[in-house]
Amino acid sequence: MAKKKLEDIAINGDGAVAYAWKQIDPDVCAAYPITPQTIIVEDFSKFVANGEVKTEYVCVESEHSALTLCAASCSAGARTFTATASQGLAYMWEMLPITSAMRVPVVMAVANRAVSGPININNDHGDAMAARDTGWIQMFADNVQSAYDNAIIAPRIAEHPDVQLPIITNLDGFILTHAVERMTPIDTEDVKKFVGEFEPVCPLLDYKHPTSHGMLDGPDFYYAHKHQQVEAMDKALEVSEQVFKEFKKLTGREYHLVDEYRCDDAEYVAIILGSSYGTMQETVDQMREAGIKVGAAMPHIYRPWPEKELARIMKGKKAVAIFDKHVSLGAYGPMYSEVVAAAADLEKMPKMYNFIYGIGGADTSVSILKGAMESIVKGTADKINYAGMKL
Amino acid sequence: MMSTSLKNLNQLPVKLTSGHRLCAGCGEPLLVKQILMGTQRPLVVSLSTGCFEVSTTVYPYTSWNVPLIHTAFGNGAATCAGVEAAYQSLRKQGKIKEEMDFVNFAGDGATYDIGLQALSGAMERGHKMLYVCMNNEAYMNTGIQRSSATGMGADTTTSPAGSVSPGKQEYSKDLTAIMVAHNIPYVAQASPHNWRDTVEKAKKGFNCGGPAFINAITPCPRGWRTSPSMTVDMAQLAVETCVWPLYEVVDGKYALTAESLKIAEGKIEKKPVTDWINAQGRYRHLKEERWAHVVDKMQANIDKRWEKLIRLSKD
Ligand SMILES: Cc1ncc(C[n+]2csc(CCOP(=O)(O)OP(=O)(O)O)c2C)c(N)n1
Ligand code: SF4
Repeated sequence: MAKKKLEDIAINGDGAVAYAWKQIDPDVCAAYPITPQTIIVEDFSKFVANGEVKTEYVCVESEHSALTLCAASCSAGARTFTATASQGLAYMWEMLPITSAMRVPVVMAVANRAVSGPININNDHGDAMAARDTGWIQMFADNVQSAYDNAIIAPRIAEHPDVQLPIITNLDGFILTHAVERMTPIDTEDVKKFVGEFEPVCPLLDYKHPTSHGMLDGPDFYYAHKHQQVEAMDKALEVSEQVFKEFKKLTGREYHLVDEYRCDDAEYVAIILGSSYGTMQETVDQMREAGIKVGAAMPHIYRPWPEKELARIMKGKKAVAIFDKHVSLGAYGPMYSEVVAAAADLEKMPKMYNFIYGIGGADTSVSILKGAMESIVKGTADKINYAGMKL
Repeated sequence: MMSTSLKNLNQLPVKLTSGHRLCAGCGEPLLVKQILMGTQRPLVVSLSTGCFEVSTTVYPYTSWNVPLIHTAFGNGAATCAGVEAAYQSLRKQGKIKEEMDFVNFAGDGATYDIGLQALSGAMERGHKMLYVCMNNEAYMNTGIQRSSATGMGADTTTSPAGSVSPGKQEYSKDLTAIMVAHNIPYVAQASPHNWRDTVEKAKKGFNCGGPAFINAITPCPRGWRTSPSMTVDMAQLAVETCVWPLYEVVDGKYALTAESLKIAEGKIEKKPVTDWINAQGRYRHLKEERWAHVVDKMQANIDKRWEKLIRLSKD
């Protein structure tokens, strides 16, 4: 692949996603504003206004219609993008499982934000976690660069013939969406070549071969169709790994189903999602300097759940701390339960601790994460802990 | 375009096949077939959840010979708009050459109530699509519950007639007027008993170059408690009593059509609401003397709306 080296730019995460979409130039984009996603659709609207993309840009009247429009336009045969957050994602909920069951590779950026109530515009993962079981692939980004990279990788995974599922690229609200970082863009020609042409399956607009989409199932077909989605999800793991490899060839930037930092010889591992992965890497460095062998890992692909990789990382460790920016009220952090399940097949299960943190945008500092990790090293942590809660 | 003669219509390709699972005598497939006769261009059909959708899309079978999409209950307009947006994009890019049409069929529940926002949004944005409301005046698919299209005095499972209630207590919403207020190029009320009027209106809707809306009375033998053989007669009676006037609004200009025009011109008689009430089981209780004031209110409301329509069509 021909590679042109581009200069680094300073850009915020929303801008980076919009920039990636401009380079991809989707056929249709549905737009509805919600903080902290709004910059994406605003930036993109400028590209439309200036004729820099050929996209049909539809300012819908709600998120329910935004996702409906996307599912339909993708079924019709158009590559289709949208973006939302929090209440917007909640308002789309009815259409989330419908979109995935229709097997259309819609791409959606979610600027993660706490879900009401009380109303709170700051970052946590309550929105993404509530959408977890709806059959969408979910990617997380730990910085602006990976938010941009994910936006380019996402359609490749979603549109793969063996996958054909919609995909969410998550980026932490404000921390990534609004903070300006240094980022290395990819040349637009290279992006276009990497993403390729959209090849829809049985598009509605192919009227000479009429197909019926979104039909009624009895129990047996419903069950079988759900199982086909399970199989497609399983495939998405393999496909993601392949696409990551190709992406590395193009850019030199390396992603895995689970990104790892100093895990090999670690005795204690932190599993964490999104922008806090960076904060955790700094925490790891500081603790390593003090002679404590810790490591950090982040599921880059959260759905499908990369449980084999997590089990491999956890194998032989003394303890694992799972950091959740969401709490399943009345139970645990959602990732905790899943990591415990991933560890269940290990010969010797590490001690497993859950840290809820960053809820509604609560501080996530190195000192908070370090305090948490030290408590698992000392064995003073509870099974479930509320890190950084001030009141 | 071909003329609207039975001989010609008979030659058209079948888009909705027989063998669907709607009740015997259901007015919905009747109406849909007439609407689909309004265009010979390739088209994509979209459906909102309801009787018609669940009965024609039972996997692994389909009653459709044309591309068909259904997503959910309240978003038929957005679904159709999504297909149309894809079409606009691909057409501009030269990937599609032909002109195509887009139509959404939805019940009154999906249109007057849960889907009103999506409908309003799609019409306001100007998607080139026809939205057809199959108005059977209740949520039939879930078992005859009231909608805001249900007429006053109707006995439904959520507005039951009882010892202190005459059934639905409110007048039906004038959705057609709300659609007219969107200033879209074509709005009409239709009835499947008058196939010629309906096909003509569908043609105009498909050809108006922008969003079009047709609201059609669609009798439901099960919900109205009528005999399946009476469907067409019931639709006709709705028009003859002025419960369901036939008219169209082209670029804001009102015009009565078919029997309604004749009634306005005094060429045929306007029948009393009691004819409408007496023909249907859902109004059976209104025959009791104690609900006479409800019948009076119904008649007064019909008269008021009818006179307003005559005024508007003279403007
Ligand atoms: C969000 C949501 N709420 C409720 C339902 C249940 N539901 C399915 S169809 C229907 C009523 C359909 O009524 P209408 O639109 O009038 O169509 P009809 O069946 O009468 O033709 C309802 C309430 C649903 N599918 N989705
Ligand atoms: S219940 Fe009514 S609307 Fe539904 S299929 Fe039967 S007749 Fe048609």
